[in-house]
Amino acid sequence: MALIEVSKLQKSYGAIRAVQSVSFSVDRGEVVGFLGPNGAGKSTTMKLLTGYLRPDAGTAVVAGFDVVENPVAAKAHLGYSPEGAPAYGEMTVREFLRFAAELRGLTDPAQRVADTLKLCRLEEVAGQAVDTLSKGYRMRVGFAQAVIHDPAVLILDEPTDGLDPNQKFEVRRILKDMAARKAVIVSTHILEEIDELCTRVIVIAQGEVRCDESKERFLQRGDDLNQVFRKLTA
Amino acid sequence: MSDTPASPTPRAGAAFWAVLRREFAGYFRTPLAYVFLAVFNAFAISLAFFVGNIYEAGVASLDRFFLYHPWLWAFLAPAAGARLWAEERRQGTLELLLTWPVTVWQAALGKFFAAWLFLGCALLITLPMAFTVCYLGDPDVGVIVSGYVGSFLCAGACLGIAAIASALTRSQVIAFVTGFLACFVLVLVGYGVFDELLSGAFASGTVDEIRRLGLWRNLEPFTLGLIDLRPTAYFLTVAFAGLGLSTLIVERR
Repeated sequence: MALIEVSKLQKSYGAIRAVQSVSFSVDRGEVVGFLGPNGAGKSTTMKLLTGYLRPDAGTAVVAGFDVVENPVAAKAHLGYSPEGAPAYGEMTVREFLRFAAELRGLTDPAQRVADTLKLCRLEEVAGQAVDTLSKGYRMRVGFAQAVIHDPAVLILDEPTDGLDPNQKFEVRRILKDMAARKAVIVSTHILEEIDELCTRVIVIAQGEVRCDESKERFLQRGDDLNQVFRKLTA
Repeated sequence: MSDTPASPTPRAGAAFWAVLRREFAGYFRTPLAYVFLAVFNAFAISLAFFVGNIYEAGVASLDRFFLYHPWLWAFLAPAAGARLWAEERRQGTLELLLTWPVTVWQAALGKFFAAWLFLGCALLITLPMAFTVCYLGDPDVGVIVSGYVGSFLCAGACLGIAAIASALTRSQVIAFVTGFLACFVLVLVGYGVFDELLSGAFASGTVDEIRRLGLWRNLEPFTLGLIDLRPTAYFLTVAFAGLGLSTLIVERR
């Protein structure tokens, strides 16, 4: 069974149908690039998959646990960084990660925090309040809380948004290192990221899956990815 | 890290305690907590001395000190409770917290008890007041203790109301103002001026029933040394109804 199974998910906000009948599955070792214009339903799909929002219909199963029926077990196997990587700004990086580790009931939280600080190269700012960090560090803090428990499923909403090229490279490097053991979904606006990071591409527009295929096939659709993107999402 | 991702399903208690510890420590992370404690202490004591004339009364008792506590809690419980959910919404951390393996109820209980504990700290700081009375006279210690118990329960009731206000908005200011107004009404109920207003509109039996809903009406027995079931149930009902309703509001998001 795949680590992520999404079946006919639907969600409306009032009269607006944000997600309509989205289905896909993601196996271990896959890094799925989530593409789509703003407001296409990418973030909503992620919020449904992580159990933050309740679907109107359909199911989402993470590591064998239905996120509606068995939310706590599903969330224990899930790492999620929402858009903009929110964090408790008044806490230091170390305190914040420690809180995440304790809330997750991890054994030896101090060691987990130390490992994660190292993995995400956050050691030098560990004692600083999250609010005082630059955007690059903040994004990495968001990433760090998502991987602190070494989850089977990792869902990242625009993890490289607003980063400079070096910082982007850094986030992709960490992600690539751990991708083989996980099922990963990454939403992005940066089409070049597909080639560097992903093994598969799912394009969402107007709340529907417009294309779901391997990276290689997607790249064969044309030389100009921007044009491919426009055509698929029109 | 290990090769097979090990993600234990945490014990329910772990999440509750983690949230409680974080929230409680959170009050002391900003200077606001110390301002809060100082203001509470200053007002509690000066109201008792300058408005309640506790010293001139010449009786070794704290009932004039507790008399003003509903006013204090009506103002300060919403101040402390405003951040409960509003701050999570504003920072976007609600999405983080609720996608961690914790139920809304565990998080809500952790937050609520942390805030209540913080209000309890404010109350504890006024203990020198009790020691002074004990030093100057020979008060009934049991009465003082029951007064403190009543005041703490009253704080919980105001916090319950503040929690609802905080769950409804992402602005701490709006949460504070609406929470304060709601508590303010509960303080007024049972005061003479308000009674006159009510008796114009309702039969006297109804007025009496409404008066029972006031904060002071329920705190008064405690300041006389009585820990009665009815006022205790009143405070706890308001506190936990507020907690429950605010949690349902957050759950519906």
